[in-house]
Amino acid sequence: MTDNVQSVGLPDERPPANTVGPIAWLRSNLFNSWYNAILTILVLALLVSAIPPFVGWLLVNAHGFDSTSTVCRQDAGGACWGFIGEKLRFIMFGMFPWDEQWRPLLTICVFIALLVASCDRRFWKPWFGLVWAAGLTLVAILMWGGVFGLTYVENTLWGGLPLTIILSVIGLAVAFPVSILLALGRRSDMPAVKVLCVTYIELIRGVPLISLLFMASVMLPLFLPNGVSVDKLLRAQIAFIMFAAAYMAEAIRGGLQAIPKGQYEAADGLGLSYWQKMRKIILPQALAIAIPPLVNTFISFFKDTSLVIIIGLYDLLGTAKAALSDPSWRGFYREAYLFIGVIYWIFCFSMSKYSQKLERDLNRGHRR
Amino acid sequence: MKSGLLAAAAAAVVITASAAAGAATLDTVKQRGFVQCGVNAGLPGFGNPDSAGNWTGLDVDYCRAVAVAIFNDPNKVKFTPLSAQQRFPAIQSGEVDLLSRNTTATLTRDTSVGLNFAPVTYYDGQGFMVPKKLGVKSAKELNGATVCVQSGTTTELNLADYFRANNMTYNPVVIESNDEVNAAYFAGRCDVLTTDVSGLAGTRAGVAPVPEDHVILPEVISKEPLAPAVRHGDDQWFDIVKWTVFATIQAEEFGINSKNIDEFANSKNPDIQRFLGTSPGMGKALGLDEKWAYNTVKKVGNYGEIFDRNVGPGTPLKLERGLNALWTKGGLMYAQPFR
Repeated sequence: MTDNVQSVGLPDERPPANTVGPIAWLRSNLFNSWYNAILTILVLALLVSAIPPFVGWLLVNAHGFDSTSTVCRQDAGGACWGFIGEKLRFIMFGMFPWDEQWRPLLTICVFIALLVASCDRRFWKPWFGLVWAAGLTLVAILMWGGVFGLTYVENTLWGGLPLTIILSVIGLAVAFPVSILLALGRRSDMPAVKVLCVTYIELIRGVPLISLLFMASVMLPLFLPNGVSVDKLLRAQIAFIMFAAAYMAEAIRGGLQAIPKGQYEAADGLGLSYWQKMRKIILPQALAIAIPPLVNTFISFFKDTSLVIIIGLYDLLGTAKAALSDPSWRGFYREAYLFIGVIYWIFCFSMSKYSQKLERDLNRGHRR
Repeated sequence: MKSGLLAAAAAAVVITASAAAGAATLDTVKQRGFVQCGVNAGLPGFGNPDSAGNWTGLDVDYCRAVAVAIFNDPNKVKFTPLSAQQRFPAIQSGEVDLLSRNTTATLTRDTSVGLNFAPVTYYDGQGFMVPKKLGVKSAKELNGATVCVQSGTTTELNLADYFRANNMTYNPVVIESNDEVNAAYFAGRCDVLTTDVSGLAGTRAGVAPVPEDHVILPEVISKEPLAPAVRHGDDQWFDIVKWTVFATIQAEEFGINSKNIDEFANSKNPDIQRFLGTSPGMGKALGLDEKWAYNTVKKVGNYGEIFDRNVGPGTPLKLERGLNALWTKGGLMYAQPFR
């Protein structure tokens, strides 16, 4: 009987080469049909023709950070990183007094530290508000000065990365609570509140940001009495807050509408007041749902701060453009835009990555 | 967090209530301690920040000249970078005392926009640039040419007028952004590039791969007199700006510059004595120190020095004096008499 049973195992056969391994992967993913094969070849051809010249320009033929514009112009085959070397401090800090530029540098560090700390959910406690208040006070002291022996620097001289960060962080921080109120107001049963919120949101969303900025910077001074002026940076900041609040309110409203009616009724059944209900039951769920559209707004808003260039404020893009208008350094716009593009990308990509993590953490209960 | 934000916001609201509306600008400026000057946010050679963030340029130097005439200090001036759209509201609303931002003086701006234009500090005009290898010597030879031009500007209209007036045809390549117009020209998409001559010179010097391969034709087909401006309603302030510009031009005519000005202190020429304030009267008439013109030339320079320093042949822009030479040398720079 046992003769029928093979007692010695056969040697393991490798699966056919065309079903596993890199070749199979290529076949099933890149060459699985004739049109995909053609596309693959076309894309490869494109990459082969584009990447070597780009790398050559970017690195191989490039001039170092200490090169001069004359040298770069004589041999224009590569990037001229001397432009960044020469203009780095101007692009990063704008017109801030040269000897005091450690202050905006420290400001950037304070902001990044605050933002990184805020990402940790262990710090999401009421006392962390005090940390923020302290951080912002420190930033105000660093940027304005005038106390502790620091020279006073008026905010017309602020520029570069600190300005971009201040506009977007303060803008978003103020706009966020406002937008929650607007979203709640829009869903309110009280007609006056509802009409007010709907009108505000639709009015602001109906005009381009650029026209709001123009209104704030060009029209407003004409309405004020002669000699009375509201600070230009503040005007831009308020325009940004108004704009961001309207957009975020709509993102949050989406979250509110996704909460099942039973949640509202259960909260009412527990005898919670309106604000208790919102704070403890509805908003925590609604905001978690609204994370993707909110982060979308954050990211686009961070980049939109570059529009302040049209009202004569030098944000990161503005300083790069102004640096290009130096008669000795004209025409190096590829280097300038690539450089600030990388800075923008780092910020936006971190936001996006963090929001994905947050979404996973907050939506654990919903995962199936 | 909120309290911190509120404090920051409150500190940021700077409400500077000056004396009653219509008060003399000079008094306001003296009280404030500096001149508010509107400049271009970035025009090479006319108004641009250098690597250390200091403002430089021909327009910028006229802001400094006015500051010197009043305070004898070229740093008592605050620059407000303005976009093209912002510049008129800024001067109308009193946000700036002086607009020195490559602004073309025109009738409507003088009247309905409510500006008073000081003497012209730079005579510009639209011109043509062609590659040298075409061998074109005059704009009259451009019949049938392909012309790169920026859209939505008076440049485009002037171009059409010029070719029609001369019975010539052309193919426009109309592009919106200035950088791309330049790129199109250098890529060979058109035979001719047209914009203001100062812009052409700047492009040739700063953007052209080989500047010597391009020539700017002698014809100038439009008038663009660029002048500082103040708002209507304060004649004394207007006089100060106007005569500060004249002082730089007059100094060059006298042969006085920032280096040799002290050699003229004992000059017997009554014109020079009045100019330098050694025989008084001129300063008082303007409401300024008698040494105002001396200080201006000493600290900022005469017109020729300002021109050479910012846009002249020794700078990357390499502009020739042309129309901006003194009237005695065939240009248009002419100061009214100091008496």
